[in-house]
Formats: sequence, structure tokens, C-alpha cells
Amino acid sequence: VSTPEPGQAKRPLPVVTPRSHAFWHGGADGHLHIGQCQQCGFYSHPPLPYCPRCHADGVTAVPVSGVGSVYSFTIERYTWLPDLPAPYVVAEVELVEQDGLRLLTTIVDCNPDDVTIGMRVAVSFIRQSDVFFPVFRPLHRDGQS
Amino acid sequence: VNSEDLVAIRGVGMSRTGRRLHLDPLHLTGEAALLAIADAGLDVGEIDGVSTYPGGAGSTAGMSGAGVYEVADLLGLKLRWFTGGAEVAGQLGSLVNAVLAVAGGLCEHVLCFRTVFESSAQDLAGSRAAALTGSNSAAPMRADGIREWSLPFGALHTSFGGLETRRYLYETGSSRQQLGQIAVTARRNAAGNPRALYRHPLTLEEYLSSRMISEPLCLYDCDVPIDGSIAFVVSRKSSLDGHAGSIGIQAIGSAPTMKAAAEMLWSRTALTPSDIDVAQLYDGFSILAVQWLEALGICGPGQGGAYIDGGENIGLDGPTPLNTGGGQLSGGRMHGYGHLHEACIQLRGAGGDRQVKPWPEIAVVSNGAGHFTGCLLLSAP
Repeated sequence: VSTPEPGQAKRPLPVVTPRSHAFWHGGADGHLHIGQCQQCGFYSHPPLPYCPRCHADGVTAVPVSGVGSVYSFTIERYTWLPDLPAPYVVAEVELVEQDGLRLLTTIVDCNPDDVTIGMRVAVSFIRQSDVFFPVFRPLHRDGQS
Repeated sequence: VNSEDLVAIRGVGMSRTGRRLHLDPLHLTGEAALLAIADAGLDVGEIDGVSTYPGGAGSTAGMSGAGVYEVADLLGLKLRWFTGGAEVAGQLGSLVNAVLAVAGGLCEHVLCFRTVFESSAQDLAGSRAAALTGSNSAAPMRADGIREWSLPFGALHTSFGGLETRRYLYETGSSRQQLGQIAVTARRNAAGNPRALYRHPLTLEEYLSSRMISEPLCLYDCDVPIDGSIAFVVSRKSSLDGHAGSIGIQAIGSAPTMKAAAEMLWSRTALTPSDIDVAQLYDGFSILAVQWLEALGICGPGQGGAYIDGGENIGLDGPTPLNTGGGQLSGGRMHGYGHLHEACIQLRGAGGDRQVKPWPEIAVVSNGAGHFTGCLLLSAP
């Protein structure tokens, strides 16, 4: 479930709020947690306090499959953060649960030059302090990541 | 009656601009403001409104050069109305607010300004990265607010340009050769603008071989931080008697997203995209100018790459002369206000070596990206 961080990379820790708690800490149970309306089933990310579609006050973070595809990505060739040396990938991953349900993340266990739009990926977690960063790795044809 | 019909851009001013000026940004703001007020043919005491983007509190070092209160104190203004903020219709939102305040009768003459000193701030911080992330300072950038979702994954400003560019090339089948025309054309135009930052030629080959920042976003797809200030005076039309050089506002697009802003703009005028004589489209990253070309209907959806291919359509002699002063890519990052300034220059026929001929009657200006978007359709005096 957990992927070791390449090299000595150190990610900026999120300032976690009650709204985002399940996203950053939920990986402890090995699952990606995304907010879902318990009334109409609509997912939203980043998490919202109530449903933007039906306006029900009943959004709960639920475990999702963690499977998706790369919607877009960039290969960072410039080191912006001294503790996160380039090159690395910044990707938008669209989850299979819902059209347009995308999150910003990174792709690991893959040469940056081999990432493609449409590539199937599955969630994995990098633990740093008590935060479980949801990152994604290529999902091969046999369904194994 | 639309608010646009009641007001005009009466005065225009630009301070000294350049890399690492290390001048007091309030000093630069005063320079631009006094030039704009003089250009408007007004006394400073007649200014009764102030509007600025992003207001006194900027997000990263050098983003905000001056706030409303400082400028009001500096010039001794007696204000009836003021605003400064960042959650507006692009940087142009500060102009939109001024138009509404004047049309609504709250005030008569609004001083609008935008001051940046990102270049000096980045020099002081040690590097652009250090200024953007605070990595060298006692208070490094925290992954909070909207950054909670980006910074932990190492996503900075250019990452979003890279993501947009990659997806655009994928969806439309456009090439980097085509995209490169935005930067190459801007540089060619900058040669005719004495105020532009980079004026030596840039070839397509140099563009294609330049280093990647957020691949496929390369160095020449990114604008260049400078220091400087630009100001405008937005006035009630009934006050214009005997004043030459006022720019008309034909339509405002203030909705969030490029598409919605552009649709709104065209819904407020009988003019159509074919009436555009010159376009100043936001180019913080090259891809944004391409997206604005499509959103505004200057070319069809997904046709941006083909439209700019070879550069003829967007050259000074083409049907849609684009970023005629060099844009932010070669002119320097005056953060939206530079595009409006250049539109006014062109509509006044004051463009010198880069003047579009015949003298343009209608200009379109756009600012921003994502949900931070605004556009204006302007007419010659």
C-alpha cells in the first residue's frame, strides 16, 4: 500500500482542516476517501460541506476504488521546493467513480517520460508524519499496480 | 442603457518599468497615477474614486505594490468611493468595478492602478522559487487555503500552465511548433516597442530548444516578472467635453471562466468577433492566449493551434494582430494592465513602429485564466 518516497524528498505538509481530514489521513486504512453526497450520490473534490448538486447537508467522506486515469500531467523540470527535487510529475487524475471527478496528485513508480494521458493508474500512499499523501502508480493490464 | 455607454477611459499612464528596479513601489504608483491624471486633463483634486487589483495584501512577494489607502494618502485624494481586491473579473475586474461606480453615480473620476515589484522582490528573496514559496524566509509558504490541494504535490504556478498546455495539445492535435508562434510573435512585436523588456529576435527554433519548466511548458511560454505601475482614469462621459483621446468601452465580460466572460461580452454589443481590429490577450503562459482566441470566437473551438500556425493571422499585418507591444512574454509582466495599456495605445494610434494599420477602431482585451477572468471590448476615440 505504501510507496517509499524516492530519494530524500520531503513534501510540504497540508494544513489539514476538518473538511479535508479524511483525504489526508484516510489512507491509513489503505483507501482513498472522497466526499460523497449521501442523498444523491454525487462526489466532489476538494471536499465541500454540502452537496453542490442537490444541496443536501449530508456529505460524507467514503472509500473509493482509487482507480482512475491520467487527465493531464506535467513533468516538473525545475526545482521549486528545495526538498522536492525535479524531475517529478504533477498530474490530474480522473477517478472512475464519476465523469470529471479529478484530483491533483503525482505519479510514482514510473519514469516521468513514460506517463501518458489516458494511462490507467491506482492510488498508493506516501506516509510523511501522520499524513498519507494519495499518489498514483501505473495500473497494468492484469489489474495489478 | 448599459453602464458601458456612460463611461470612458479618459487617461492612461505608465511608470518606469524594468527588472530589479529596487524602487519604492508606492513611488512607481505615484508616477503612473500622476501621468494618467495629467493625460486625462484633470487636476488631482478631481479624482474622487480609486480602484485597484489586488489591493494592499498580495499573495506572493511583490504581487501587490500599493493599496488604496497608501495611494489616497500619497496624492491627498478626497474619495467618494474605493475598492481593492483580488476576487474580481481578472485584473480587469478593477476596471469593471470602476465603470459601475461611475455609471451608478457614486463618483465621477476613478483612478485605477496595478503595481508590481515581483522582480525586485524575487531578487531580494534570492530566487524566483524562494519568492514564490518563501523557502528562504522565516515564514515559508504553507499548504493552506487553495494551496492545500497543490503544494503537497509540488504543484506551483507553472504546473497549471503545463497541465493546461498538455491537455490542449492532446485534445486538439496542435503542436508545440504552433504554440511557439505566441512567443515568437510577441517578441517580433516587442522590437517595435521601446518600453518592452526583451526586444532581440526570438526564432521558433530557439523556442523549441529552450529548457522545459513544467513540461511541455518551456521557458519562453512563461512571462517575465518586472517592476512597474500602470494607471487609468475612468470617467463619466458627460465630463469629456473638449477632451481628446478617451477610449470607449463597448462591452464588459465579467463572468468566471474565459468562455462565460466572452459570451457575456458579445451578449452586450451588436459588434461581433469579425469587428476586432487588434487583440491584447492575457499571456502569463502562452496557452492562455490561445484559449482566449477560442473563447472570444476569434477562431473556432480547438482551432487555436491551426489559427496561429505560421504566425500570419496574429502578426501586425494579419487579421488579428495579437499582443502588439510584446505581451507579458516579451514586454514584461505588468499583470493584465499592460494588455489594457497597449490596447489604448493602439486605439489612439500612438503605437509608433508597432502601430497596427489601418488605425484600429475596435480592440479586445482579456485578463486571467480559470475562474479568474474578465474581458473588455474597446473603441477608438
